[in-house]
Amino acid sequence: MGKPEPHIVVQDLTLAYGANIIQKDLSFTVNRGDIFIIMGGSGCGKSTLLRGMVGLQKPVRGRVLYNGISFWDTGEKERQRIMRNFGVLYQSGALWSSMTLAENVALPLEEHTRLSPDLISEIVSFKLSLTGLAGFEEYYPSELSGGMKKRAGLARAMALDPGILFFDEPSAGLDPVSARLMDRLILELRDSLGATVVIVTHELESIFAVGNNSVFLDAGTKTMIASGDPKILLERSGDPRVRDFLTRGEGAQAAR
Amino acid sequence: MEPELNFHRPDDKTLQVCLAGDWMLGNDIPSAARFSEKIGAASSVERVSFYTGDLGGWDTGLLTFLVRTIKECSPAGIAVDKTGLPPGVQRLLSLASAVPVAKGAKKEPARFSILERVGEWAESFWRGLLEMTAFTGEATVAFTRLITGRARFRRRDLLLTMQQCGAQALPIVSLISVLVGLILAFIGAIQLKLFGAQIYVASLVGIGMVRALAAIMTGVIMSGRTGASFAAQLGTMQVNEEIDALKTLGIPPMEFLVLPRMIALFLMMPLLSLYADLMGILGGFAIGVSMLGLNFTEYYNKTKESVRLDDFWIGLFSAAAFGVLVALAGCMRGMQCGRSASAVGEAATSAVVTSIVSIVVAMAVITVICHVLNI
Repeated sequence: MGKPEPHIVVQDLTLAYGANIIQKDLSFTVNRGDIFIIMGGSGCGKSTLLRGMVGLQKPVRGRVLYNGISFWDTGEKERQRIMRNFGVLYQSGALWSSMTLAENVALPLEEHTRLSPDLISEIVSFKLSLTGLAGFEEYYPSELSGGMKKRAGLARAMALDPGILFFDEPSAGLDPVSARLMDRLILELRDSLGATVVIVTHELESIFAVGNNSVFLDAGTKTMIASGDPKILLERSGDPRVRDFLTRGEGAQAAR
Repeated sequence: MEPELNFHRPDDKTLQVCLAGDWMLGNDIPSAARFSEKIGAASSVERVSFYTGDLGGWDTGLLTFLVRTIKECSPAGIAVDKTGLPPGVQRLLSLASAVPVAKGAKKEPARFSILERVGEWAESFWRGLLEMTAFTGEATVAFTRLITGRARFRRRDLLLTMQQCGAQALPIVSLISVLVGLILAFIGAIQLKLFGAQIYVASLVGIGMVRALAAIMTGVIMSGRTGASFAAQLGTMQVNEEIDALKTLGIPPMEFLVLPRMIALFLMMPLLSLYADLMGILGGFAIGVSMLGLNFTEYYNKTKESVRLDDFWIGLFSAAAFGVLVALAGCMRGMQCGRSASAVGEAATSAVVTSIVSIVVAMAVITVICHVLNI
């Protein structure tokens, strides 16, 4: 890979629900082709940060720049164009329950492209086969297991060949083997599609397996307390909160 | 750059597919049919290879094209050499074929003849009847447990539901029953005036409202207002597995969810209907005084004289019965709800339809019984 090229830049971001501040003063850069991890303990505002980045929740202060364009300051049309380049995998899949898997994946294609129905159905089959769901086109989400729903959600997120993939807890609720497969799938997709990936997670194994850059959010101080490659953070971070998290609390005991 | 597709024969047995330009979905991607034609025309091909030296950008457009060509080759026994493709494309293709098509997973689109569909419909109608009977039975069992004091539900739920379907329904019930009284008086007045018997408007409105209309109108309002909300509530609980959670914790949903709703409507409906009686009579009174020139005492006395206590009892009894029916229909549709968003919508719709139909049928039955008993 060549020189790192900033893809997403977050500057002084503050997120709040009403007067209740969730996270403040967040600044970090995600380079093109990165697998960027947003980590932190439960309830520290990881998912809220993700919502702020994908355009579901307007931050109270600060900017999110995609290729240099400030997402929240630009016009509605431009915002839509930027969002079309996102693929988002929600925590529980968020598949539309009254549609089959094929219809779920086809909807973004039908809405945003002018491809023929035949071609769309071919693309849908291909995307489903990429996530290991070949043959499940006519199934409804309620007929699938949790892991399959997640993979179907991924197929839908990839429908428009997005440049940026966002994952909210991709391996939560999956068995270890499926979780590992999910990690490998994420790596594989990044390598072959050249997409930038942003993952919200607190699963240590995934963090070390896939992440090459990260930001650590703290619930107490309500801001980021570390950033960088998680493996390097594990070795070098002097902050006990970060070390504790990355070693499942065993680091502190070992030091004692 | 426009995507281009060319063919090249380096030797007798090999067909080289040359891909050039940007193979992106927005562009006019060459059809895979051209590949099929080429391979059909040349019989001696045993191997297909790719040349992508001039390939620009690519996305799913290229991948679907390749998937189709590969599908074309495998039954003909032609080997596909993917080494000429960009590494990302190769990886994605192998990822896509990593998990084979799940055996038996494919569903065939079903096509039924009219006869089959009629049969299906009849069968589902019968199943619906059975389910309805079963649900009523279960509700009765829960009710007997309540009487023997063994039913479990939270008193707070009962009070909350009573407030929601009682006090909070007063404005809409007022509006509708005043208007019904008005309409009844208005239509009656035109006819009765012909005989100079406009004073009988008071009897018409009084008996009409008290004996039947108040109960029916409140029943219809409650089925749209409360029955639908019961169905949507319980349906959403079903979707979220909340009802399963109750069952596994050993709390019968029939007692915990259905009983309080049923009791609340059973208690509130007669009260609402009584209130609707008053409002309806007031509506009729307004017309009587303003248009027919009757005075207050006249109208009051005529109403008092013509409406018997029996009429009240019949009205209140019907209202209580309708309350149970609306609650049953709403809860039943909610509990039977499927596990999708559209199933919740269907449950609410079908709750309203079921309760209105059952209200009308019940009213008919009650009227016939009263006629036979000469009340």
